[in-house]
Amino acid sequence: MTATVPATAALALGDDALVLSHRLGQWAGHAPVLEEEVALANIALDLLGQARVLLSIAGDEDELAYLREERAFRNLQLVEQPNGDFAHTIARQLYFSVYQHLLYGRLAEGGGPFAPLAAKAVKEVAYHRDHAEQWTLRLGDGTDVSHERMQRACTALWRYTGEMFQPVPGLDADWAALETAWLERVGDVLRRATLTVPEGPRSGAWTAGAGRQGLHTEPFGRMLAEMQHLHRSHPGASW
Amino acid sequence: MATAAAAQGAARDTDRDTTARQGAFDAAVAADERIEPRDWMPDAYRATLVRQIAQHAHSEIIGMQPEANWISRAPSLRRKAILMAKVQDEAGHGLYLYSAAETLGVSRDELLDKLHSGRQKYSSIFNYPTLTWADVGAIGWLVDGAAITNQVPLCRCSYGPYARAMVRICKEESFHQRQGYELLLALSRGTPEQHAMAQDAVDRWWWPSLMMFGPPDDASQHSAQSMAWKIKRHSNDELRQRFVDICVPQAESLGLTLPDPDLKWNEERGHYDFGPIDWTEFWEVLKGNGPCNEQRLDRRRRAHDEGAWVREAAAAYAAKHSETGATRA
Repeated sequence: MTATVPATAALALGDDALVLSHRLGQWAGHAPVLEEEVALANIALDLLGQARVLLSIAGDEDELAYLREERAFRNLQLVEQPNGDFAHTIARQLYFSVYQHLLYGRLAEGGGPFAPLAAKAVKEVAYHRDHAEQWTLRLGDGTDVSHERMQRACTALWRYTGEMFQPVPGLDADWAALETAWLERVGDVLRRATLTVPEGPRSGAWTAGAGRQGLHTEPFGRMLAEMQHLHRSHPGASW
Repeated sequence: MATAAAAQGAARDTDRDTTARQGAFDAAVAADERIEPRDWMPDAYRATLVRQIAQHAHSEIIGMQPEANWISRAPSLRRKAILMAKVQDEAGHGLYLYSAAETLGVSRDELLDKLHSGRQKYSSIFNYPTLTWADVGAIGWLVDGAAITNQVPLCRCSYGPYARAMVRICKEESFHQRQGYELLLALSRGTPEQHAMAQDAVDRWWWPSLMMFGPPDDASQHSAQSMAWKIKRHSNDELRQRFVDICVPQAESLGLTLPDPDLKWNEERGHYDFGPIDWTEFWEVLKGNGPCNEQRLDRRRRAHDEGAWVREAAAAYAAKHSETGATRA
């Protein structure tokens, strides 16, 4: 069935955007400078906009966001990782925005069902990637403290990056080529930021397509509990 | 080396200059001209503006907290997007206002330091908690509504940078206000539980919103001078009355009541009469004894302190790379 193929893919990409947007929304009122309050909220809003379009392709956006259980979400484990400190948030942004930029670039060129959406989103993501790269440079090549924190964050999140290149049914992309391009871009930024490219596994039995299969990390359930609580407390209500 | 006579002459010149400058300033204010950053202005005018603009900026950034409290729990994706956009706008308003204050010769860091140490205030309204989702709507309708009533006249304030910031801010605020009203309308017309939630929120936010206009005219210490300088255009009580007159019919069309048994139309005055405000509560909240004073300031200080290493990193990086730039140039 051709109709269900884009729905699966729309769910995967939509959940990525929804979940990361939620995490970034948690920064409101906590950012290190006012300019970052604006920037992080801006990125969160862009992602939420993408999520709404993608989830609407797959079904009803609110039903999908608020009434699915944890096991039915298809987002990457990377995007559900808690914010941690600012370096952690930036490392997560760097890894994801480089991936999203490459993927949406391909989808925009590919002319498939996601091309119009990807063509619009890739412009937003170019800005997100620039923001993450600039901060990676500042933190990595800033003070000793910031260097150490940024290195720790990059290393801690490294294990979640392999999952991004598990093929998503319905998305026409050369995943191996995407991964090569991703490693090159991220590696280049990290080196310019005087950081060491983390070593260690980026995928394995425990992570093979895990989030995409609905297998998530523990903090995710708690995040959903908070996100869905009010909506679930008033079944059938409109807001 | 100046002789005593020359020094006396210089002093007389300075006095004469000051008198002339004061005259030019008074004439500009009287003619409704704008005072700009490089213009001479009385020290007290400058100090009043710094205080007022800084408090206004602080209110925008502290005001992010009660609403941000609901971003993670917004009940639909549309509402979540609206709320995030609003909180982002508030951070932007804070930025405009700190910039306006900086044209008066103070720095943002200095002002933030005064906020964090409790030497400068922010609007007392943000010391109330957001207990339900409907509070987000009540804040939009009532709190932003009161803010707009206060701020629209500031678009004609005598100090140019402040007036121009207010033009931009008021446009965005009136958008937020309509969104808050629409949120409450959806709840009011929704399930009985949603309607009750909306009514409860309005009951809790009505009186604190009326307090946003400040103490009654006979107890307002800065009013007369600010009006003479055309920083302020209307008295606290005048604006408060204007706000009540606007809100009563809006509450009716929302299908919600306002928690004031004395509220009734006065044909003779052409205004709504309303009940007495609990000024004890107002002064207590202002003194720091409101429900969330400590929590709000603590959160702000924590964000600032925990972000110190990030700001230091950005400064260190900029310093390293501007040296390279300087060498190249």
